[in-house]
Amino acid sequence: MKLNSRLLQDKVVLITGSNRGIGKAIFEKFASNGAIIFAAARQVGILDDEALLFSRKYSTTIIPVYFDVTDTNAIKNTILRIKKEYNRLDCLINNAGVMEDALIGMATEAVLHKTFAVNVFAPINLIQYASKIMKRQNGGSIINISSIVGTNGNSGQIIYSASKGAVISLTKTAAKELAPNNIRVNAIAPGMIDTAMFRSIGEPRISERISKIGMGRLGSPEEVADAALFLASDLSLYITGQIIGVDGAAII
Amino acid sequence: MTNIEKYNNGFIEALNVEEKNLNDLTYQSIAEWDSVGHMNLIATIEDAFEIMLETDDIVDFSSYIKGLEILEKYEIEF
Repeated sequence: MKLNSRLLQDKVVLITGSNRGIGKAIFEKFASNGAIIFAAARQVGILDDEALLFSRKYSTTIIPVYFDVTDTNAIKNTILRIKKEYNRLDCLINNAGVMEDALIGMATEAVLHKTFAVNVFAPINLIQYASKIMKRQNGGSIINISSIVGTNGNSGQIIYSASKGAVISLTKTAAKELAPNNIRVNAIAPGMIDTAMFRSIGEPRISERISKIGMGRLGSPEEVADAALFLASDLSLYITGQIIGVDGAAII
Repeated sequence: MTNIEKYNNGFIEALNVEEKNLNDLTYQSIAEWDSVGHMNLIATIEDAFEIMLETDDIVDFSSYIKGLEILEKYEIEF
């Protein structure tokens, strides 16, 4: 949905995994709403063109930053840079994630560790460092991207669903702990969203999955970004510790 | 202001202690230096020196003296 608003005017935002799918949609949605964005991705240079394009198109400031979210030192340096350049951080979007399917009995240690490193440990570290700035300004919004499989589970996804379930519990804990500092922490649990990651399951399985969605279609990354916009904005100042499903009444 | 003055002021400001008592100060030795006071102390020191301490260092920051050792890792000289 297109709104003629600048709901995030001059708010400083860090978005991980900004280069594709849901992260890219949030990146553009927030830019169009006037946010100053530190757009993060792992591959150096991959966001340079979009940063230039969005900053001109939406008359705002976009700073591409490149680091691996599993590198704690890089996280610290990025947060320190934001503090030095803007002395504030209004919103953190923990979006970067990996998904590898594995049946019980085929879940390897390597996939287990990689998935939890990216999907769980990295958001915890980012929250630890980002909340330092937010505490000093007595406010902020942290949005973690979970998944419908984190709330409902899903056959063949024991590792991925466990990691996204962990995102939900860490969201609720952080919300309780940071509420006295007026820092809101919420999660979005997207259902079946039309991204390259989702389409990697193959066309036959996509059709079968769509048949289980109440609304009869996949969601778009922009529709997830709309929920993120709401949670990042001052329209949700009294909302924290919530898991917002964006799933079109999907059954899983 | 010298680095030691900045450091001492961090304790005085965050924990409301007197300078003469700093040398013997350890975590949880006074009511003000509880876990909440600890995070306030860390925030004050980080602001004073424009650094961001690593999580392990925050956990290890168990006394006034230990804090001096930790800050030296961040190229702060006393």
